[in-house]
Amino acid sequence: MLTNRSKVVVNKKMTFMERIYLPAIIGGLITTMKHFFRKKTTIDYPKEKREISENYRGQHVLKVDEKGAERCTACGLCAVSCPAEAITMTAGERTKGEENMYREEKYAAVYEINMLRCIFCGLCEEACPKEAIFLTDRLVPVSGNRDEMIFGKDKLTEKHFNQVDISKRQTPEVLAFKQQKQYQHNK
Amino acid sequence: MPKVTIDNHEIEVPEGTTILQAARMIGGDIVPPAMCYYSKLKTSGGYCRTCIVKVTQGSAKDPRPMPKPVASCRTFVMDGMVVQNTTSPELLEARKGVVEFLLLNHPLDCPICDQAGECDLQNLAYDHGADTTRYQFERRTFEKIDIGTKIKLHMTRCILCYRCVKVADQLTEGRVHGVMNRGDVSEISTYITNAIENDFSGNMIDVCPVGALTDNTFRFASRVWFTKPMDAHRNCTKCSGKAVLWMKGEEVLRVSARKDMYNEVEEWICNDCRYENKSVSQWTIEGPRHISKDSVISQNHYEHIDLQKLKLDINRQIKFQGGKQIEEHYSRAQFEEESKKALQAAKK
Repeated sequence: MLTNRSKVVVNKKMTFMERIYLPAIIGGLITTMKHFFRKKTTIDYPKEKREISENYRGQHVLKVDEKGAERCTACGLCAVSCPAEAITMTAGERTKGEENMYREEKYAAVYEINMLRCIFCGLCEEACPKEAIFLTDRLVPVSGNRDEMIFGKDKLTEKHFNQVDISKRQTPEVLAFKQQKQYQHNK
Repeated sequence: MPKVTIDNHEIEVPEGTTILQAARMIGGDIVPPAMCYYSKLKTSGGYCRTCIVKVTQGSAKDPRPMPKPVASCRTFVMDGMVVQNTTSPELLEARKGVVEFLLLNHPLDCPICDQAGECDLQNLAYDHGADTTRYQFERRTFEKIDIGTKIKLHMTRCILCYRCVKVADQLTEGRVHGVMNRGDVSEISTYITNAIENDFSGNMIDVCPVGALTDNTFRFASRVWFTKPMDAHRNCTKCSGKAVLWMKGEEVLRVSARKDMYNEVEEWICNDCRYENKSVSQWTIEGPRHISKDSVISQNHYEHIDLQKLKLDINRQIKFQGGKQIEEHYSRAQFEEESKKALQAAKK
């Protein structure tokens, strides 16, 4: 016996009141009717959205820098830190003339996050040495198709003219750390 | 035979042994790290100074301590010598300084570098280095060049250990590259791109302790910790043919020589094995290569399953579920036998 909630089944004969079923049905309907007048527990998503906390971890974003070049260098630290093994990537080498597209000589040619595997723990963001990946307050859109839930760079990379605000993900302590001169070489 | 004491471990070694070699005979944590010394290359060592140790007693005859830390790769042991490595805090402080100097001009491009994950300098800096640098000037930079057709040289990452020069001298005939200029402008160069052609030149990549010399055929193909190292051999007329295949699935991304616990090549391999034979069918695979558990490569846990640990885990789970129930239907012996079978199947 795993719990103490189980009941012993007895095959006793039902009384007349029980056999006509009506009292039980009416009892059930009363419970249903009661709920019509209660406050609703559901909301009408996506027209309406629930309030979320300030540091909510939702859909990822691959950041671009102030010039619009991708920050990710495909170092693989997010993938190795990912406990759900949701991230895969293939690196590419930047050729001449692509300097304004990619920040460094190596970039992620393919970058995929399997949103079905992702547990939104934020370790990828913590591991990233280039401040390239952040979790945002956006909710991941649902899909009826598994393939669509593997997000590639087309869905993850932000547009230069429409950057995603991640200032809430960077605490004042982090920003103060970046101001220090002796850590400038980390750029 | 001189007797030497290193970090309170006493050992008797043959005449003409260096302190570093004696420490390696003892083994364990007391072995000083080395960036330029390479036991397989003659006259290597004495450049990087990471292997410095404190000699608190010169010899039995002359027990005075040596005035400064000495490079253990170049200092021979004397009878009755007493050496301190990890037991001396001031020595560790001095080594920290050495590491800071090595990192002065070293770029922080580990996220890009192909060597990251199996880099001696990365390990050294992690174990002995300071968190920050005090250097405030521009780092010296160089253009990256193809020093051979298959070898990429990133001079910015070089720490001038001279290992590749010694390889070219001792393994090949007619060395064509070397260290040009002096002081802080010295650089490894041929002055002519694609000049290194020799059959054994690929070994320069393996001896390089940093990412200065990297395999062009592996360039940005994968990070090392996403690949699985497999011991393999093939019939080769030029070399022993014993190598490590770095695989991803069925694909061979890179071939390198086998390295021992001090990250030194066991047997040199030729360029044919290294660059030209990159399909599994050309090799006989012996099995997974053992990588030290501290290495990021072992994050891939491709090797074997730790039986002891797994057993503990399983027992813990049984306990958590109120083990008695399981044992009623299922004896413990039966359970262990079955888990063993499953493990063997997994191993295959």
